[in-house]
Amino acid sequence: MIDKIRSADRRRVSMLTSVGDRFRALPKWQQAAAIVALVAFLYYLPLLGIPGLTWLRTDSIAGGNNWAGVLFVCAIYVLVAIGLNVVVGLAGLLDLGYIGFFAIGAYSVALFGSVNSPVVKWIQQEFDLPPTWAVTWAVCLLLSIVLTLISGVLLGWPTLRLRGDYLAIVTLGFGEIIRIVARNATGLTNGPQGISAIPGPEGPPSGDNKVFGLIDAKPWYWLAITMVLLMVFLVRRLEHSRVGRAWLAVREDEDAAAVMGVYPFKAKLWAFAIGAALGGLSGFLFGSRNAFIDPTQFNANLSILFVAMVVVGGSGNMIGVSLGAVLLAYLPERFREVADYRWLAFGLAMVLVMILRPQGLIPSRRRARELKDRAAAAEEAPAHV
Amino acid sequence: MHFDELIGHLGQHTVDGLSKGAIYALIALGYTLVYGVLRLINFAHSEVFMVGTFAVLGLWTAFGVKNNPPIGQAVLFLVLGLIAAAIASGGTALAIERIAYRPLRRKNAPPLIFLITAIGISLVLVEVFGLLLPDVAGGALPTLFGRARQIVGMPTIIQQETLLQIGNTAITNIQLIVFVSAVVMMALLDWFINRTRYGRGVRAVAQNPETAALMGVNQERVIMLIFMLGGIMAGAAALLWSMRFGFTQNSIGFVLGLKAFTAAVLGGIGNLRGALVGGLFLGIVEVYGATLFASNWEDVIAFVVLIVVLMFRPTGLLGESLGRARA
Amino acid sequence: MRRSYVRALGAAALAVAMVGAAGCQDTGGGETTASGDCGGKIAIFGAFTGDNAGLVLPSLNGAKLAVKQFNEKNSNCKVTLQEFDTQGDPAVATPFANQIAGDNSFLGVIGGHFSGESDATMPIYQAAGLAMVSPSATRADLTQKGNKSFFRVVGNDGTQAGAVATYLKSQNAAKVFTIDDGSAYGAGITAELAKNIGSTLAGTDKIQEKQAQFDATISKIKAAQADFVFYGGYTREAAPLVKQMRAAGIQAKFVGPDGLYDPAFPKGASGGAEGAIITCPCLPADKAGGTFSADYQKEFGQAPGSYGAEGFDGAQIYLDAFKDGKKTRADILAYVKAYDKQGVSKYIKFDDKGDVDPSKVVIWAYQIKGEEISALQELKLS
Repeated sequence: MIDKIRSADRRRVSMLTSVGDRFRALPKWQQAAAIVALVAFLYYLPLLGIPGLTWLRTDSIAGGNNWAGVLFVCAIYVLVAIGLNVVVGLAGLLDLGYIGFFAIGAYSVALFGSVNSPVVKWIQQEFDLPPTWAVTWAVCLLLSIVLTLISGVLLGWPTLRLRGDYLAIVTLGFGEIIRIVARNATGLTNGPQGISAIPGPEGPPSGDNKVFGLIDAKPWYWLAITMVLLMVFLVRRLEHSRVGRAWLAVREDEDAAAVMGVYPFKAKLWAFAIGAALGGLSGFLFGSRNAFIDPTQFNANLSILFVAMVVVGGSGNMIGVSLGAVLLAYLPERFREVADYRWLAFGLAMVLVMILRPQGLIPSRRRARELKDRAAAAEEAPAHV
Repeated sequence: MHFDELIGHLGQHTVDGLSKGAIYALIALGYTLVYGVLRLINFAHSEVFMVGTFAVLGLWTAFGVKNNPPIGQAVLFLVLGLIAAAIASGGTALAIERIAYRPLRRKNAPPLIFLITAIGISLVLVEVFGLLLPDVAGGALPTLFGRARQIVGMPTIIQQETLLQIGNTAITNIQLIVFVSAVVMMALLDWFINRTRYGRGVRAVAQNPETAALMGVNQERVIMLIFMLGGIMAGAAALLWSMRFGFTQNSIGFVLGLKAFTAAVLGGIGNLRGALVGGLFLGIVEVYGATLFASNWEDVIAFVVLIVVLMFRPTGLLGESLGRARA
Repeated sequence: MRRSYVRALGAAALAVAMVGAAGCQDTGGGETTASGDCGGKIAIFGAFTGDNAGLVLPSLNGAKLAVKQFNEKNSNCKVTLQEFDTQGDPAVATPFANQIAGDNSFLGVIGGHFSGESDATMPIYQAAGLAMVSPSATRADLTQKGNKSFFRVVGNDGTQAGAVATYLKSQNAAKVFTIDDGSAYGAGITAELAKNIGSTLAGTDKIQEKQAQFDATISKIKAAQADFVFYGGYTREAAPLVKQMRAAGIQAKFVGPDGLYDPAFPKGASGGAEGAIITCPCLPADKAGGTFSADYQKEFGQAPGSYGAEGFDGAQIYLDAFKDGKKTRADILAYVKAYDKQGVSKYIKFDDKGDVDPSKVVIWAYQIKGEEISALQELKLS
């Protein structure tokens, strides 16, 4: 049985790689055309009505969720996966507290942008501002990225010198600290009551907003997918830059990288900070779209789900992790009958993928090669643990 | 800030902290053993503990144990409970090793892969105990496991009584039992690792697997042994937990495992005595912190202490070693 | 070369197909139900799966029962109740609200069951002109936000806390120690209570969810020499807390709100909860109106738990509206606003903010006896 799965899997992978190779072999203009078509399709998705494909929509089942709303969640999870991929996949640092950055991003728009937040109320009082005053959305966007960047550096500075396993537990602790502080520091965050009326691009949520209204979720998806495409482009540039190469070098062999003149700590800190900022950005979109957040939405389970997205998809490969994110966000929504079993399914998926395909569904070439090398080394020296 | 309360009852809070830390320490041993030999975090160890509590629950329910049984029966039930928990936890740990870790070890997978597999296993166990067990058991076992996603109570085996009163510090019989049994288990394990033939094998593999293999140490057996030992310790912790707190739930493992792992790292992971020191230290810190502020800051304090300790002593309070220190 | 042309052609064809399909796509909603003279669709949303489902499912069952009985009695009306499972997560409830609001066949909403998801979705339902009747969202400030479409058939935390305070006074409580779990519900109701009991408040502590060991809290209770302990929160933490309090020899009476109105509480504390008082804005089975309890028992094989009657009442309001021939969201909203009838759980008439008339809220005290939660007395409000 397992052998059957394995061989089917091998065939699928060789097909995937050959698709990749053929794509790369195409003339430039055809590549560009394919990418444009893909992007167009992504923007068209919330309207999906191609006969034969409508069953994909989550609202095609009774009690199904809003299609554009689910797509939005998929999009921000893709953003999370891309950010976490920088940390886990590229730099090889296991971050189990990514939800902390997501939460900081969401709370920065809530705390500074909502008229219901204690912070805004305090500023209004101190500076005699009208009760409708709050920091505008665009400024909040900047704020949330800057704040998460800073918190990434603050967390990374003392902890990145630790070995990988320690880092995992420390980051897990960090995620919990953020959530518990959000819950307990009632005077700052409204505590468990949460913060409502978080603004969108057009200001506070209101039925009168022209584009980002209350009922239609499609514009939110379009906004999110735009951010995703932008970030994919930026991270791709980064990956092939000096910093990106430094990350790979550090991941594969830290000591060797150090000898070659890469300063591992600096490379790691960069990865951590950039990953944090991406997490913050997705948290920002999350808070802004839902217009309401409370601390229960940022528990440690989500951190684990985020890591699962990256490794199931194929850590190190942006297409892979995006697929992982979409699958893990979309499948439980489409197949709601198994809703009660979703964590069981996530757990099983993680175990099976790790045992059968440690490189993930769509592996990064380099990562797959690394794993193969290690497996080969293990065969040569079976005594090694 | 309740400084006067903390100082006024410092003895009491220390005793409370020690008895709390003893359970952390026992669970921390499982992390430390596996880490010492394999250099990997057995994230699923918290669920090994959880399974142990369910074994105790199942056994006591099957025997129809009532609250406060006579002392003879109480001892019997505790011993039986210990056996059941040790078998269940040790078995679970072994099964995890066989099903999940062994294939990965064959491939020499990087630590990240192990960790993620362990997280997956952990999720599966939590969900199986939360969902499937009551479903599969259907009408047959409803009283045995109840709706396990909810909290399930267990009978009180030993009535809590004050044993010693020193000033305003009261030490209860339960606290004493928990603390003493934890230290005894720990001492036994320490003796086993440091003084027996099998222990020598474990230390040898921890120090240098290849040389150990050349010297005729059966590695697979050593690995099975450490998983089993860690599982038995978790089983003992499960029994002490059941006796002290008298409830279980499918999700109790996560927080406890996190704390126990923190304890192991605090003491110096891979170091058996470090696990004891780390566990007791963490227990005391938590109780002091909860008294000083409020109980809802307990976890924050625990993690902040962890980060601070690691900043100044990156290998924990006693340093890492399973093979090195005493070998 | 030829192959790539074929592919390019294929891509172009696909693009054309997509654009063409975009022209005639359906929005997924919009279809109207072919109903008879009366009837329509109601949405109910809440945590029907997940860890908190136990608190919410009775309400769903109550609503299902009401709809079933209505459809049996009125064969010419076909009312459908569509459930939407939010797992109690506001971020999942929001897209559901988009879906329900955008689908014109939905005429009313029952929910949310928790305060967070209600707070998150209230503006959306208001914008869509949909009435929202919540069976169990009790946070006091939900109705203070100027929302025009939110109603609840349950007393709010303030009302219940007031009743607890009067109860404590009637028991001559001298030193009350309050503990909460830091959840929106537990912290909210405990804060309301603290406002009401004034100088008898002897001390407070906050615990965290999933906590197991309460030594620090117990020391504080002992130091305060409390004669009453109030715990705002749920079963998971309350059961071990009360058990450990008793084991440590604290004799203070244990009082908790309806979050503990849950058979798992006495079971989880295995004897430790004996004599604990639970307040609940829910009527004992034999006092509830009509044959509700018996019907519920017959349909689902168990006694209606927390909010079962409220779920029934929530659905009943809409059913009465349909019966009355109301067919648009606006009409139904107006109907709900003016509703004035005896329900199963209480007499239902909303004030201008959407709260049920406080004088009609009934709060009962229950006491744990063995593994039973038995009715003790009705509590006076303030």
